Amino acid sequence: MSTVCASCFNILVFVTLQQRDPMLKRDGFEDILEERRNSSDLKYALRCYAPVLYKGVTPCKANMLKNIVLQSDQLHYVINQVSQESGEAPDIIQEEASVILEEMAHRLQISTVRFFAFALSKAFKTLFQHVCVNEEGIQRLQQAIQEHPVVLLPSHRSYMDFLLMSYILYTYDLALPVIAAGMDFMGMKFVGEMLRMSGAFFIRRSFGGDKLYWAVFSEYVKTMLRNGFAPIEFFLEGTRSRTCKSLTPKLGLLNIVIEPFFKGEVFDVNLVPVSISYERILEESLYARELLGVPKPKESTSGLLKARRILSEDYGSIHVYFGQPVSVRSLAQGKVNRSTYNLFPRHIPRKPMEETQSFVNDTAYRIVRLQEDNMVLKPWVLMASLLLQNLEGLELSVLTEQTVWLRGLALSYAAFLDWPDHAPTAKVVSSSLALHRGLACVSGGRVSLVVGEPLGPVTPEEALFNRAVSVLSCASYRNQVLHVFLRPAMLAVAMHTAASSKKNEVYNCFSFLWDMFSNDFILCPGDIVQDFEEACYLLVKTGAVQMPQQDIVMTDIGQPTLSFFNGLLEPFLQGYQMLLPTLRSEYSVLCVFTGNLRCYEVLSSDMQKNALAALLRMDAVRKVKV
Amino acid sequence: MLTSDSCLSLHKHGSSMASDSNSSESQRIAQQRLRIIAGHLQKHKDDDSGTIATECKAEANKGTVPRKRQEIMKWNGWGYSDSKFLFNKKGQAEFTGKRYRLSGMVLPSLQDWFENTFGASVNHKSPATPALNASAVPPASLNEAFVEDLKATGIPFSHEAEDRVFRAHGHCLHEIFALREGKKFERVPDMVVWPNCHNDVVKIVELACKHNVCLIPYGGGTSVTSALECPPEETRCIVSLDTSQMNRILWIDEKNLVAHVEAGIIGQDLERLLNESGYCTGHEPDSMEFSSLGGWVATRASGMKKNVYGNIEDLVIHIKVVTPRGVIEKSCQGPRMSTGPDIHHFILGSEGTLGVVTEVTMKIRPIPEYQKYGSVVFPNFEAGVACLREVAKQRCAPASIRLMDNEQFQFGHALKPQVSSIFTNFVEGLKKFYITKFKGFDPHQLVVATLLFEGDRERVLQHEKQVYDIAATFGGLAAGEDNGQRGYILTFVIAYLRDLGMDYYVVAESFETSVPWDRVLDLCRNVKERINRECKERGVQFQPLTSCRVTQTYDAGACVYFYFAFNYRGLADPVHTYERVEHAAREEILANGGSLSHHHGVGKLRKEWMKESISSLGVGMLQSVKDYVDPDNIFGNRNLL
Repeated sequence: MSTVCASCFNILVFVTLQQRDPMLKRDGFEDILEERRNSSDLKYALRCYAPVLYKGVTPCKANMLKNIVLQSDQLHYVINQVSQESGEAPDIIQEEASVILEEMAHRLQISTVRFFAFALSKAFKTLFQHVCVNEEGIQRLQQAIQEHPVVLLPSHRSYMDFLLMSYILYTYDLALPVIAAGMDFMGMKFVGEMLRMSGAFFIRRSFGGDKLYWAVFSEYVKTMLRNGFAPIEFFLEGTRSRTCKSLTPKLGLLNIVIEPFFKGEVFDVNLVPVSISYERILEESLYARELLGVPKPKESTSGLLKARRILSEDYGSIHVYFGQPVSVRSLAQGKVNRSTYNLFPRHIPRKPMEETQSFVNDTAYRIVRLQEDNMVLKPWVLMASLLLQNLEGLELSVLTEQTVWLRGLALSYAAFLDWPDHAPTAKVVSSSLALHRGLACVSGGRVSLVVGEPLGPVTPEEALFNRAVSVLSCASYRNQVLHVFLRPAMLAVAMHTAASSKKNEVYNCFSFLWDMFSNDFILCPGDIVQDFEEACYLLVKTGAVQMPQQDIVMTDIGQPTLSFFNGLLEPFLQGYQMLLPTLRSEYSVLCVFTGNLRCYEVLSSDMQKNALAALLRMDAVRKVKV
Repeated sequence: MLTSDSCLSLHKHGSSMASDSNSSESQRIAQQRLRIIAGHLQKHKDDDSGTIATECKAEANKGTVPRKRQEIMKWNGWGYSDSKFLFNKKGQAEFTGKRYRLSGMVLPSLQDWFENTFGASVNHKSPATPALNASAVPPASLNEAFVEDLKATGIPFSHEAEDRVFRAHGHCLHEIFALREGKKFERVPDMVVWPNCHNDVVKIVELACKHNVCLIPYGGGTSVTSALECPPEETRCIVSLDTSQMNRILWIDEKNLVAHVEAGIIGQDLERLLNESGYCTGHEPDSMEFSSLGGWVATRASGMKKNVYGNIEDLVIHIKVVTPRGVIEKSCQGPRMSTGPDIHHFILGSEGTLGVVTEVTMKIRPIPEYQKYGSVVFPNFEAGVACLREVAKQRCAPASIRLMDNEQFQFGHALKPQVSSIFTNFVEGLKKFYITKFKGFDPHQLVVATLLFEGDRERVLQHEKQVYDIAATFGGLAAGEDNGQRGYILTFVIAYLRDLGMDYYVVAESFETSVPWDRVLDLCRNVKERINRECKERGVQFQPLTSCRVTQTYDAGACVYFYFAFNYRGLADPVHTYERVEHAAREEILANGGSLSHHHGVGKLRKEWMKESISSLGVGMLQSVKDYVDPDNIFGNRNLL
C-alpha cells in the first residue's frame, strides 16, 4: 500500500468489496515464533520499544485522556441534560461520569506489556507450532497508523485474540491498540487489572437507555480516535463466535468510530480487518457444551489457572492476516452526504441518520466478509466437512480421495487454504487426524467421529449429549469453510428444490434461502442479486452447472459438487425445519428442502437463536407478551 | 449590474499603496495619469466612435483606469505593467516599478523559499507568450443595426481584438494561464462600450433589448469565478459594457455622511477622492486597487476593515440599477426599512445577471485620526484560532485581525526586503531567538496574527491593550508593528507573485469560505489534507503548498482563505489538474460546514453547487426574479443560476 497511490487503493477496495475477485492476491506469512525459539524472551520483552504514532503525536497519559473526556462539550451537554431530567445537581452527575470513566478506562503501561510479551512468548511456544503473520499487512498497517486514525477489527474466535493482537503489534514495534473488552473480564481479580494495563478498556454488556454511560463511553473512544493516541481495537462480532462462523456484526462501536469522520473531526478513518485463524481452538469443546446449554464458566482467575492443563496440548498453528486498510472516506464517497451534519451542533448526541445507519451496517458486513476472505483454512476443515456428511464414518482411503477432490473445489472458489507444500496427501490427512485426535479416530481403516466416553454408566440422554458435543465440535471446523461455499451451496439447494430449472424459479428459491439464512451467515444487505450471480458464475466456472438461455441445469459432471453442497447446508435446513413444526405456510416450504431428519446441530443454541430471529424477521412467527 | 469584479481572490488590501503613503509619489502618478488621459482625448478626435456625449462629459475624467486598460495594465497577468517580480541575474528576486513600498527592492530570501517550497528552479523557466496573437481571437460578429443605433448616441465603443480580449476574462488561474500560453479563444466579447454616465447605460440597455444583443457588464475585471467568461454557446453579439469611465463622486452629503458615486469607480480612486474631502468609506477588499464599486455590489464584497465599517451590504444606502425592464431604485434613503424583502438584496450578489449598477449611495466616515499595526505570534494555529474566537466573542476585534498559518508566516519571511542596517538585522535575530529558543515556540508550528487598529489615539491604545491581553491568555506574544504591516503588504503583492510562479512552472490560486467557529480547525485541516491527497492522486510530482488564513471574524464564525500552489513540471494538463483539485477542495469545504463563498461569489465556477447551497426552491426564487427582470436574457453572462 505504501507505494500504491490512493486512487489505486480506492480501486483495490472497490474490487475486493464489490466484485470479489476469486483470484484475490494474498500475502505470504512469516512465523514470529521462530525467532522466539532462537533468542532470549527476556531480551525481547525488555527491548527498546518506540512505535511511530499518528502524525507523530506524543502519546497521551491515561489521566490526561480522562480529563479531556470529562471536560468535553459532548459530555457536558449530556451531563446537563441528565441533570435536568433527574433533578440531580450537575456536579453529582459529573462525579458519576467520572466514576464510569474510571471503571472503563484503560491504563496502558509499557511494563505490563513487557510482562505479557515475556509470558506469552513462553505460552505460545508451548501451545502452538507457529504463529504466522503476513508482514506486508504489518507494513501497510504501519503506514496507515501514521496517516490516519486506525481501527483494528479482528475476527473473534478465542479469548486469545486480543492478547495475540497486542503481542504481534509489540513484536513489530507498532503502536499498541486500546481494546474494547466486555466487563466480564473485570470480574477476574488481578487479571482484569493486568489486561487494563495492557490496553483493555471495559464496557458493560448492556447499557440500553443509560445516556450518561453511552456519552462517557462514546466520547472516550472518540477522543482516542480523533487524537490518534492509539489504534482502537474491537470485535465487530461483539462476542467470541462459538461456532466458528462469523457472527452478524454489531454496529454500536462502529458507529462511534465512524462518526468523527462524518462530522469532519478527522480526515479519514482506516478500518483494518484482521483475520485470526486457529488450527485448533483452545475453547473447542467448551464451546460445543456451551452451545448445548451448559453455562459458560464465569471468567475468573482461578478458572484461568485451572485451564493450565491446556498448556500440555498441541494446538497447531495460528495465522493472523492483516487485511488491506479500508478507508471510510473512500467507502462513504457518494453514499453519505456529510453536509447533512452541518446544521446540527456537533457536540449534541444524535441518532445517526438513515443514510448513515445503512452505510455503517453495510460497512460492517463488508468488513466481516473481508475477515472471512482472509481466514486461513487447514486441510482438517475440509475433512470435517466430509465427515459430517458421513456420520457413520468413512473409509480412510475414501476420505483421502474426497479431501483431495474438495481441495480442488475449494481452491477454485478462492479459499485461502494452507495445504502443506510437497507433502503426500496421505501424510497431510494423517497428520490432521493426529492433531484432532480428540474429534476423529481411525479404527480398522475407517474414520469416524470420537464420542467422549464418560466414566460410569451412561443414560441415553448423556449418550445423545456426548454425540452432540462431538458433532458440534466437528461442525465448528466445517463452519470455517462455509463462507467459501455458501453462495454456490445455496444455489445448489435452490436448484434441487425449485419446481423447474427456469432461472427465475431457481432465483426465487435462492432468494428465500438467502433471506432465511441471513442471520446465520454473512450476507451483505442488498447483495442478493450479486450473490446469486456470483453463485452461478462459480458453479459454471467449475463445470457443475450450465446455463443455457433462461435455465440453470446440472452438467454430467456436476453431481458430486451439487450433492456435496446440498449435504453441506442440510443441517441448517433441518434445524430450521425442526424449529417450526407448527407454522404452516413456512413449514411447507421448508419441508421441501429436507429429506430425513438426523440432525444434532439443531440442538445448538446458536442455530435456535438465529432461526428464531429469521422467522421473526420473516413474519413467520410473532412475539407475544404473556 | 456589474459582474463580480471586486474581490479578487489572491489579494489582500492595498493600504500600503504608494499613492497614499508618499505624497510626491502620488503627485508623480497623478501627472502620469493626466498624460495618459490627455493621450486618450487626443486619440478620440481621430476615432469615429469618439464623440463624447455632452451631458456626461462635464468634467475631465479623473479615474486611474483608461479605456485602453492595456496601456497601463498587463494583458496577461495581474496589475500594472511596470510592476512585477523577477529573479535578476544574481538569482535574487526583485520587485520592479515605483508604485509600491516593495518596488525597487531586492528580496534576498525569496529564491530559496521558492525553490525549496516548490521544488522549482530559477533555471527552469516557463515564459509567457510575449504579445497577444490577434489571429487567436475569433472575429467580432457584430449586430450591425445595434452598432448603427449606438453610433447615433455618441457613446464610445471599440471592436479591436485587444480591447475585446482584455474583457473576456477575470483572474482565475485557467484564464491567465490560457493568455500566457497564447491559446485560441473560444468566445470573447464582440465589442466593448464605455458609457460615461447612468443615462448612457439606459440607452445601451434599451438598444440591446431592441436588437437582442447580449450585455456583459465589466467593472474592474478582477473576478475569480469565471464570471466574465463569455458563454461559448452564446450566438448573439456579445457587448462588454465597461463601466470604468463612470467614475465620479456625484455628491457628498456631510450631514448624513453618505456619498453618491458612479458605480464604475475603482476602490483606490474612491478612497483617494473621498480622502481629499477628509472622508473614507473604509471598504478595502484586497483587490481595491482595481475592483469597482459596482462589482462590489454585484458580488457582495467584503473589505478587510469590515469590523469597523461593515461589508458592502452594510455600507450601501441606495442603489440604482438599469435592467431590461427599466431602472430599479428605492424612493428614499432611510437607513433601514420594513417594506417587504429588501430589493437591494436581489441586486447585491446578482453578479451581472439582472442589469448594471450605475450609481450607489454609500456611507462615508471621517478619516480616522490614528492607525496602528500590530502582530501577535502564537505557538500554533489552534491557539491562534482560539484567540480570534475569544476576540470575536468579546466583540473587540480591531479594524482588521487576520491569522496566518505557519506556511504563510514562512512565506512572509521570504518576502523580507534586504535589511539595510546591521542593527535591524541584529534586533530581528534577537527577536527570533527570544520566540523560538526562550519561549520554546517551534518555528515550524508558530503562526502570526496581524492587526490593524483605527480610531482616536487614546482609544486605539486602549483597544490594543485589550486585544494583546486576550492574546496573552492563549500564549500569544506581541511581535511588533513591522510584522503586522508586512502581513498587509503581502496581501496586495501576492497577486503579482502568482505571475512570477507561472514564469517558473508554478501555478497558484486561492479560494475562500465562511464557517462556524467550532469547525474552523477541522475545515482547515481537512481541506489542506484533501488538496495534498488529490495532488498526489492526480500525479502532481511535487509537494503542493497549502496554506490558509483566517481573515475575518464574525459573531458566529470566520472567513477562511486558502492559498494553494504547486509545481506542475511533468503534468500534461496542469490547468485541468488544478481545476480537479480545486473542485475537490470545494467539496471538502462544503462537507465540513463551510459556505460556497464568503465574498468571491459564484460566477460560473461554482454554479454546480448552488442548488445544494440554497436549495432548489431557493434557486427557483432567484430564477423567477431573473425571468421577470430580464426575460430575454439580455444580461446573458450565465452566472449564478
